Amino acid sequence: MTATQEPAAQQEIGRDRRRKEDQRLITGRTRWTDNITLPGMLHLAMVRSPFPHARITNIDTAAAKAATNVVAVYTGADLGEGQGACINAWPVVTDQVTPAHLPMPIDRVAFAGETVAVVVARSAAAARDAAELVEVDYEELPAALDLKEAAAAHENGGAIAHPDLGTNVSAVWRFDSAEAGTGGDVEQAIAEARENGIVIEREYRQQRLIPAFMEPRSTVVDPTGEQITVWSATQVPHILRFAMAATTGVPESKIRVIAPDVGGGFGGKLQQTPEEMITFAVARRLGKPVKFTETRSESLLTAHHGRDQWQRLTLAATKEGRVTGLKVDLLADLGAYVAIVGGGVPVLGAFMFNAIYKFPAYQFQTTNVLTNKTWTDAYRGAGRPEATFAIERLMDELANELGKDPLEVRELNWITHEEFPFTTVAGLEYDSGNYEAATARAKEMFGYDALRAEQAERRARGDKVQLGLGVSTFTEMCGLAPSRVLGSLNYGAGGWEHAEVRMLATGKVEVVTGASAHGQGHETAFSQIAADRLGVPFEDVEVLHGDTQISHKGLDTYGSRSLVVGGEALVRALDKVIDKARPVAAHLLEAAADDLEFSGGRFTVKGTDQGMAIQEIATAVFAAHNLPDGMEPSLDSEATYDPVNFNYPHGTHLCAVEVDTETGQVKLRKYVCCDDIGVVINPLIVAGQVHGGLVQGIAQALWEEAVYDENGTLVTGSFVDYLLPTAADTISFEIDHTTSPSTTNSLGTKGVGEAGTIASTPAVVNAVVDALRPYGVHDVAMPCTPERVWRAINEGSPGGETTEAAMPHFDETEGGVQ
Amino acid sequence: MARISLSVDGQQVTDDVEPRTLLVQYLREQLGKTGTVVGCDTSNCGACTVHLNGRSVKSCNVLAVQVDGAEVTTIEGLAGEDGSLHPVQEAFRECHGLQCGYCTPGMVMQAVDLLNENPSPSEEAIRLGLEGNLCRCTGYHNIVRAVQHAAGTTTGTTEGASA
Repeated sequence: MTATQEPAAQQEIGRDRRRKEDQRLITGRTRWTDNITLPGMLHLAMVRSPFPHARITNIDTAAAKAATNVVAVYTGADLGEGQGACINAWPVVTDQVTPAHLPMPIDRVAFAGETVAVVVARSAAAARDAAELVEVDYEELPAALDLKEAAAAHENGGAIAHPDLGTNVSAVWRFDSAEAGTGGDVEQAIAEARENGIVIEREYRQQRLIPAFMEPRSTVVDPTGEQITVWSATQVPHILRFAMAATTGVPESKIRVIAPDVGGGFGGKLQQTPEEMITFAVARRLGKPVKFTETRSESLLTAHHGRDQWQRLTLAATKEGRVTGLKVDLLADLGAYVAIVGGGVPVLGAFMFNAIYKFPAYQFQTTNVLTNKTWTDAYRGAGRPEATFAIERLMDELANELGKDPLEVRELNWITHEEFPFTTVAGLEYDSGNYEAATARAKEMFGYDALRAEQAERRARGDKVQLGLGVSTFTEMCGLAPSRVLGSLNYGAGGWEHAEVRMLATGKVEVVTGASAHGQGHETAFSQIAADRLGVPFEDVEVLHGDTQISHKGLDTYGSRSLVVGGEALVRALDKVIDKARPVAAHLLEAAADDLEFSGGRFTVKGTDQGMAIQEIATAVFAAHNLPDGMEPSLDSEATYDPVNFNYPHGTHLCAVEVDTETGQVKLRKYVCCDDIGVVINPLIVAGQVHGGLVQGIAQALWEEAVYDENGTLVTGSFVDYLLPTAADTISFEIDHTTSPSTTNSLGTKGVGEAGTIASTPAVVNAVVDALRPYGVHDVAMPCTPERVWRAINEGSPGGETTEAAMPHFDETEGGVQ
Repeated sequence: MARISLSVDGQQVTDDVEPRTLLVQYLREQLGKTGTVVGCDTSNCGACTVHLNGRSVKSCNVLAVQVDGAEVTTIEGLAGEDGSLHPVQEAFRECHGLQCGYCTPGMVMQAVDLLNENPSPSEEAIRLGLEGNLCRCTGYHNIVRAVQHAAGTTTGTTEGASA
């Protein structure tokens, strides 16, 4: 037996490895769910309600059933309770009002797009054709559409989304620092500021967004094996398996869920969807493999939306600009049902409105409201972008009130680097950070002072194109999550993650993770971690995930958790492998275990040149011919890690925009950010996460909004109307990092998946408002469209609600496409 | 049914297709060329971009019957027979121009077409040239770098990359 490998020449952690995933993806050798075809497979098409709220009085499926190549048509009544249910995993209060959610309702629809019947046919085209033949009679009911009206409907006789419940208010969740013992009385702070300081009161709108992952959702269910196999375009195969088992009565051990290649998620695929449940039910009913792949229009209409809040905010400060209190009162639109973590999204923001600032008093309240619109749930950042937007807009307003530079006011109030670890007024302990360093670096990259000078010059000469500079000094809580904390918040599951390491006979290594990548690059980053820790070549590590038969245990990928929770689980499993290998090495090297050192993948006897590579030990353990007495012949190890704390990345983002004051057009001029995400495993992957995150956040500021008309119809139901940014709309970014290692995980890492999105939205809006301050403008509602900006300049209003965002596609008088 | 004969990724094929079959459906469902994907239903996203007689088209916007006698190249036919990557594929890998990879087949095919037309495009020309292809992961930053890299107009390094 020979040593198979020299010690790794270069440390893997911190190296910009090109991704292992890419070879397949760039050559089209992919396994998207919709690519899967099984013998005898049937295809589904959904019949969906055009009304936001209606009683189903009759469904006539005869014509559809009689159509060529149609195998079956089922209604909610046909499938009944056997469909299972869509679960809410986070009832945020014990008396939460939660409507029952049958995947396909029997007698009443609660949003436009809800499935009322499913057609099963030999081809997707035949299914879709026959879906047109299903006749559904509806009796329209009053629909709860406007969030503010819906919140008050139980008091004023307005429309109730689910009449049996008697109210649209699902939950009122509150945190108060005086009650919690984490700070003072916010009302007192506000009263004092009214007397003798500054009070900033604002109301901001977080418009409704659509995650709009590029791969439409698809599910294939094959019931022909002993386990029912479910392939789904999901971020959460483990949670989906649990939910399917828990609500259908099929034993969990009889369900295998596979998330094959998954084309993006951004939170949008962490749902247990009605479509998955209906596909599962139809496959079981027919005993045949079935597939459902949604169209893009169906995806925009029915996959969960995000954001959608009204934020009423009161900030108290001294005359010098030192913050003394913050009061937050939210209305959050849940849509028609309480989604899997839907009600918890605003609660995730509850701990973040105070952000990086030393507020002595804080109060947060959210009122979660049901409406007859598509349900909402996590979308990149989930609660934290909303919080960051509010506080970073307020800090700019405070600066404006004081006549000071926005960075100066922030510096006056932020936690200094000497003060870490710091317990916030919301009760969290921030482990590490250095806001001064990140800000200094960002200012330097931005050329802050020169741009301020240019701004002053343009203002002085009355340039019709004004320059605006926007600041966002964000932090966030990620790495979801310590299970005890989740328990205290009434969440239905834990927040741990699982990893396994298998040492193969040939010295290769398989790493199994419970995280479920859908574009993040886990295969590459986790290979780097394993290669470094075990001292094996990067190429020799295979990362396996996203299949409950292989990765039997996990809590999947969302909330920037995969590296900081799943990575730590992996580190612990790797260390167990080394611990198991040590006595074998000692035995084979005829040395005392205490005399061995492990470094670069080799155990060596201190003070000698004798040693063995870990791969040699793996082979010896496989043969098991000569092991220490009583030793189990296996190095394979697993670890389940429950984080001790959340994880707090931060950064300073600076944005410059040019605003054409005649047309209202906003153009990005420059965007720089310096994020502190602790130790970076792969800078290339991190840069990609930041770039992509930035554009999603910028898109909220400038372009995207899901708009419903007064009939409850989503008028932004295609990519013609829902404005995803293109390459031509965006610019190149300048990014950098400072490094304050996290102290709560072995690698010192922090999450990065959501950071760019959380940070960038307020930076852009602050820049737009900054450009328009000389015009008396103090707010522009999102998205800051040319029309809103123009109105802000010319009418002094922030622009208000979007009512008619959609272009008419068909001219009814002409009968043709416009 | 209509009979069509064409060349796809260098292979001659003949099939009967329903007249309403879209080229992308034909490629995926009849030929098993699942490398080309569908991202929308309004021809906005460009995920299904392929080359038709050497020029990029959105294959959801072409009927299969229209390609009778034509030459179609998909992402699966772009690499050399020996498996060597096309320079644009290699550039996407090198510059981390993809994350989930769903838009990538279309993005790569469009980038190849763009460079065929303009071998040394400016950043602006690249951005305009890719306007019909949506990506939700990358923010386009590294896609633009990848096209520049393939064109030889940059070294291909990206922020955060040390080598």
